[in-house]
Amino acid sequence: MLFADVVFWVLAAGGVGAALGVVLLKDMFRSALLLVVVFLSVAGHFVLLSAEFLAVVQVLIYAGAISILIIFALMLTQNVQQGNLPNRMQAPALLLPALLLSALAFVFVDTDWRLTESLPNAGAIVDAAFIDTPASLAKLLLENYAMAFGAAGALLLASIIGALSLVRED
Amino acid sequence: MELERFLVLSAVLFCVGLYGVLARRNAITVLMSLELMFTAVTLAAVAMSRYVTSGTVAADPGNMSEAALQTLLTGQVLALFIIVVAAAEIALGLGIVIALYRSRGTVDVSQANVMSR
Repeated sequence: MLFADVVFWVLAAGGVGAALGVVLLKDMFRSALLLVVVFLSVAGHFVLLSAEFLAVVQVLIYAGAISILIIFALMLTQNVQQGNLPNRMQAPALLLPALLLSALAFVFVDTDWRLTESLPNAGAIVDAAFIDTPASLAKLLLENYAMAFGAAGALLLASIIGALSLVRED
Repeated sequence: MELERFLVLSAVLFCVGLYGVLARRNAITVLMSLELMFTAVTLAAVAMSRYVTSGTVAADPGNMSEAALQTLLTGQVLALFIIVVAAAEIALGLGIVIALYRSRGTVDVSQANVMSR
């Protein structure tokens, strides 16, 4: 087995185990900490997929900012220790994800993907495309997707103003 | 199987998140499960970007120009936009949860049923 395979399986097992902990644990503070573990394992997968910039963004935004926000919200509400109760919809709530998972797994494995590896000069293409990705991503964002980039900025501004007006005391 | 194992992993994470959204009563757990689902989709997009070729590259593999190679990074751009939307969603979602807690004294989503009575 290659080193990358070992890293993949370790990260995958840790990530899925932590994800199950997030939804099943009673102690919500531990759930929030396990969510950070899931985010970090996904960041590791991004490194395996030659998306180093996204791995850094993932650690900064998800593992840093979003998890701190969630922990603050937990502390502002009650029942942190025993708060993660199930509702009365256990059977359908278990059935739907199970069905969806089997359907997705079948589709993913059965589809005949048009892989980059199948091209004659795959090695050269992958080497050239996935080197210096921050520069290429910046070019794509500011040229091809400039409109969506501006819209994302407007969305963030709107959500900041919305969140402020929601939690304002008056 | 390189691509498929990443996609199946992302499907597993997505379905765990979906179960959390459907089966838990605490609004903050629901939001955390939503974040799990967002992360799973991001992982799928990045895996596709790394392993699945684009139409431009497949049509002319000999063309190694910058513009042609950048089409392989579309999945990473999509992942960046998903992260932006997820950040906006969690900020607003937690704002709503805190407003709900102030007005009703609970964050139990099955208690938030004013409109169904």
